[in-house]
Amino acid sequence: MKRISQYRRHKAAGPFLLILALLAIGTTFNVASAVTSSQTKAVDRSVLIEEGRQIFLKGCSSCHGLNAEGGQIAPSLIGVGAASVDFQVGTGRMPMADMNTQAMRKAPLYDAVETAALAAYVSSLAPGPEIPAESSLNYERDGSTAEGGELFRNNCAMCHNFAGQGGALTQGKYAPTLMGVSPKYIYEAMITGPQSMPVFSDKTITPAEKVSIIKWIKAAENEPNLGGASLGRVGPVTEGLLGWVLGLGILIGVAVWLAMKAR
Amino acid sequence: MTIEAGLGTVANYVDERTGAAAWMKKNLQKVFPDHWSFLLGEVALYSFVILLLSGTFLTFWFDPSQREVIYDGGYAPLEGLKMSAAYASTLHISFEVRGGLLMRQIHHWSALIFMSAIVAHLLRVFFTGAFRKPREGNWIIGIGLLTLGIVEGFLGYSLPDDLLSGTGIRIAEAIIQALPVVGSYLSYFAFGGAFPGESFIPRIYTVHVLLLPGAFLALITVHLMLVWYQKHTQYPGPGRTEKNVVGYPLMPTYMAKAGGFFFIVFGVIAFLSAVASINPIWLYGPYTPGQISAGSQPDWYMGWLDGLVRMAPPIETHAFGHTISWNILIPGLIIPGILFTGMALYPFIESWITGDKREHHLLDRPRNAPNRTALGAMSLTFMLVCLINGGNDIIATHFSLTINQIMWFTRFGVLILPPIAFVVTKRLCLSLQRADRDLVLHGRETGTLLRLPHGEFVEVHEPISPEKTYLLTSHEQAPALELPAVDAHGVKRAGGLRNKLRARMSIANAETVTKVSANDLKEIEHH
Repeated sequence: MKRISQYRRHKAAGPFLLILALLAIGTTFNVASAVTSSQTKAVDRSVLIEEGRQIFLKGCSSCHGLNAEGGQIAPSLIGVGAASVDFQVGTGRMPMADMNTQAMRKAPLYDAVETAALAAYVSSLAPGPEIPAESSLNYERDGSTAEGGELFRNNCAMCHNFAGQGGALTQGKYAPTLMGVSPKYIYEAMITGPQSMPVFSDKTITPAEKVSIIKWIKAAENEPNLGGASLGRVGPVTEGLLGWVLGLGILIGVAVWLAMKAR
Repeated sequence: MTIEAGLGTVANYVDERTGAAAWMKKNLQKVFPDHWSFLLGEVALYSFVILLLSGTFLTFWFDPSQREVIYDGGYAPLEGLKMSAAYASTLHISFEVRGGLLMRQIHHWSALIFMSAIVAHLLRVFFTGAFRKPREGNWIIGIGLLTLGIVEGFLGYSLPDDLLSGTGIRIAEAIIQALPVVGSYLSYFAFGGAFPGESFIPRIYTVHVLLLPGAFLALITVHLMLVWYQKHTQYPGPGRTEKNVVGYPLMPTYMAKAGGFFFIVFGVIAFLSAVASINPIWLYGPYTPGQISAGSQPDWYMGWLDGLVRMAPPIETHAFGHTISWNILIPGLIIPGILFTGMALYPFIESWITGDKREHHLLDRPRNAPNRTALGAMSLTFMLVCLINGGNDIIATHFSLTINQIMWFTRFGVLILPPIAFVVTKRLCLSLQRADRDLVLHGRETGTLLRLPHGEFVEVHEPISPEKTYLLTSHEQAPALELPAVDAHGVKRAGGLRNKLRARMSIANAETVTKVSANDLKEIEHH
């Protein structure tokens, strides 16, 4: 030991020990966590499902039934899949605040862990669409904006408006704005068809095409207002209003001023 | 040589050869009355000039062709898409031509302001009775200009071949097809085959840049020449009669004012175009018949028509192998046809009711023609209700309403609200007449309270100025026409029903609060 301990005052000893310690801890943690995750996955999942069931019984069962079988005012959740739960709960649409027309986007009531538990519980009832993996949502890398735009105008614009600003449906229902929605939720909405929205299965729009649509929506979101103030990107209604109020309004003001000066 | 002497030499040279001096002297001194509402027509004229200039700029690059091209311009989100050359060249104007987007926006904003100025000018002429003899012809030309403006605006909106304009053309096609019997043939003729075809955009381009601007120029010239020849109307007031015009000479006052006002109009439109986006066609995408956007709307001057079509209940009949789509035919063609014909004929209808065939150069104050004012308010209400339904989807999402609520509101509202507006406006006019009468008889309320010796409080009234008294009492109050059913010999007159209708309308038209007469005024002076 003396051979090693004689270097204990060496100026490189401190950094060396630090690097050694970090390496040791890192390696141990990596090995240990890999082992435990593979070992406890099954256990964790059943715990998660049970957790989700408890949340479900407290927060959801009054409408969706004790076994998620649905009721008079809410549909059955058997077979809707984890993606549906993740979308509805994660965007705050569920639990519903107002049952009149349709669930609206609001601050979520459950946190990420609780949402995951609920999703696990519901997907344990029957198979359904799964939450898309983070790696499949890399729209920056995988998508094509132009193709996404064409798909968007073919499939989405009739309800969500040409620039994804949303639009009105019948009886007070509406297609919400797509601005500021995270790619995961856009994807989940396409595969689960929430509210009045149809399901766009992978046969109708392939996963690659879905990513392109997301890429186009994100491009529209970040698109600068090239012509000046956008006026809400809702078409000629706001343009006409501005033309009358500001355009003709200012000119009438000037006309009044011109006629006043003469007196 | 001084500048004056130089100018004099030039002027003399021209005068010796054309004899223009006398003509110029007479016309440059022509007097025009002054009022802000007389400038509304000028706004329309100036925006038309701006439309011509900016439109000419756009034609340098616009390619009016439906030939399919693959986009490889500077706007990445449309890169590699198939589109018409018309759309691609509009993108080119927007993104690659220097100042192109600003010019496009100037062209479109001035079109919107052109139309709203025409409507505001029309309302001024209507409510003040400026359309009366001898100006009926000019009124009809004005209605013609309004109609042309709507068509010209719609064609311009259709030219870029973006998703929104294609949707508009699709609806125009539906309206053409709704014409019984000839509709489908006309549609094939207009589009050179089935919709959308390849000929429509080149065709409407010729109409938009050549035929209609030519018609506009001709009609505007006649419109202005008639104003010149018949002289401008003026508001009533002391010293103003049917035989004179009180105002300022064209040179220098109106030359300066009108010239300055042109640049103000140009400035306001350029400012609007620089700060506010209009018709962002790159966001709409190229037109394909399979696509549509939520909230597709026409420009505002077509909005009331769109609203009428949107509120029409789905009624169709099938007869002799033909379908008649009443839900398009009635709101798309019949109602606008009736409205515009009625509007054009209104001067003649009014003179038939009043029996007044004299010339009028003094304007009416709207309150002194309650029936006409009420009719105007009624028409405006009708248009406004239709316009609201035209934007029903945008209103629904922005005001948390439902499309169905708005549709049902307007379906009933379009029938119920205009008559209510008529009654309310007429009563308001009569009340204002009553207020005028009170003002003349009792003077202005000063707000000074006086306590009389026996304790009573009274408000001190101050007599109004003679000018004001004149203004409030100078108008005519014509009695209703007397149209007895039988003539002096006890013989029933021809056209009994027509006379009855005319007599009833005349009585309604003559309903008024009796103004203070000259005798009453004398009596007041005695007090």
